[in-house]
Amino acid sequence: MVGGRLEVEGLTKRFGGFTALNGVSLDVKSGERFGLIGPNGSGKTTLINCVSGALSTDGGRIRFEGRDITAIPAHQRTRLGVVRSFQIPKPFISMTVLENLVIPLEYAAGARAERADCAAEAMDILRTIGLESKAHTRPAGLTQIEMRKLELARAMAAKPKLLISDEAMAGLSSGEVDDILTILFRLNERGITIIMIEHIMRAVMRFSERIIVLDAGEPIAEGTPNEIVRNSAVEKAYLGE
Amino acid sequence: MVRTGGGLLVSLAVIVGGILLASLRVNLYFYFAGYVVLQYVVVATAWNILGGYAGYVNFGTSAFFALGAYTAIFLIEAFRAPLPVLILAGGLVSGLLGLGIGYLTLRLKGVFFSIATLALSVVLQTLIMNWDYVGGAKGVTVIRPGSPLFGNWVRLLFTVMVGLAVAAVTVAWIIERSWVGRGLRALRDSEEAAECMGVPTLRLKLFATTISGFLLGVAGAPFPYYVTYVEPSSAFNLDYAVNALAMPMIGGTTTWIGPVIGAVLLGTAQQVATVTISSELNLLIVGVVLVAFVVLAPEGIVGLVRRPRGR
Repeated sequence: MVGGRLEVEGLTKRFGGFTALNGVSLDVKSGERFGLIGPNGSGKTTLINCVSGALSTDGGRIRFEGRDITAIPAHQRTRLGVVRSFQIPKPFISMTVLENLVIPLEYAAGARAERADCAAEAMDILRTIGLESKAHTRPAGLTQIEMRKLELARAMAAKPKLLISDEAMAGLSSGEVDDILTILFRLNERGITIIMIEHIMRAVMRFSERIIVLDAGEPIAEGTPNEIVRNSAVEKAYLGE
Repeated sequence: MVRTGGGLLVSLAVIVGGILLASLRVNLYFYFAGYVVLQYVVVATAWNILGGYAGYVNFGTSAFFALGAYTAIFLIEAFRAPLPVLILAGGLVSGLLGLGIGYLTLRLKGVFFSIATLALSVVLQTLIMNWDYVGGAKGVTVIRPGSPLFGNWVRLLFTVMVGLAVAAVTVAWIIERSWVGRGLRALRDSEEAAECMGVPTLRLKLFATTISGFLLGVAGAPFPYYVTYVEPSSAFNLDYAVNALAMPMIGGTTTWIGPVIGAVLLGTAQQVATVTISSELNLLIVGVVLVAFVVLAPEGIVGLVRRPRGR
């Protein structure tokens, strides 16, 4: 079950007079580990908001597994397999950790059958991610790393073909970053395409097979991690002249 | 399944109990007061489907209630329509208005949605005030048709309200336990995350506003026969908006039983205060109790009862 090819063509997004994305194109192959980096304000989050459907676009085309998804609502994109996690975790605070996972299982993964099955499956996911001991607590009682894991676990419950991880590691210690990386590697081994947006260079460079660099809403470089490190335009974007 | 069967039995028992109560020959005033309390059970439950489950606070409850009442008046004036038709029509018209405000949620969230519903209430009241066919600003007197069931209109309306209250609570109970209820809860916690987890947030919100509006209209439809004289300022009374919000808050907004507890306690307290102290004291009671609960027990009575058991 390998799928999850994402093609973005000439994507443009404006906020009033400000052009956040200016004709961005990218092609993420199925099963790929894809890195998306760039300085603050370069349009990374706007790009994934457009891909996930949280924002409408002002031009361009988004195709997922060959199907045009530019105009369909976000929840339907999730059902097709485009799932994102949030930079600032947005758990369902009135529910337990387990119930948080039942929502995507029920709504996105099309498992509206039996609630007991959903709960069992949610528990499985929590086990693989190492959160099973917290299954019956509310998100308010979680630590920072557990919150990130919940965010990923909930995304997993939606049965993604393409997982967009928006800064899942910001603010974590290096040991914790490794934890999350291990989880993402394991997901990728199962055939899930992953786009990682990250500021922690050590993590992106280790994880990605291919990286694209955005600056001021335009792609300035694309290539393997090694090529990106040696690219002078990237250096300029991050450090200035 | 056992619980569903149990719920059904309880509903039937309440309706039969209501009919038995209506056949008792106690002072008519008790039916008169009981009607108001039951009406608030419907109103509070209806409000809670949108305000409690979905987290969209409606300040315009009186608009939906009054629209139900005025739909009934129109049908009485035009066709002398029977009571069941009035109730159904009142519900449908208010449900349609609910669907309309559902589309507002596309652009208005939180307090802005609440302000819009309040404005809606003012606009609708102005329209009704200038519509002479249903009495305009001076109001309209409704003549009850003769020889109703139970030999008396107050007794009949009381029984009807028992049925409507049971129906409203059952609807809330079903929603709460279904995937719709879980989806609404997710979008109340975080609309953005819910949408990204596959929840069709717009469709669920439209469903909630429509059902909520429908039940509010249903609650208002028998009102003309109950009071026999309706004018805009009584049908659009701020009491409905304030009570609709206060009762679930006091009882607890997360479960179906919360609004029922709130409506019975607060509704009864108001009726008692009206008789024993003064009719002007109603809103003062609501205000004081509401402030106390918001500060001391934000999860309402249901939350207070649950807390010792953990979670």
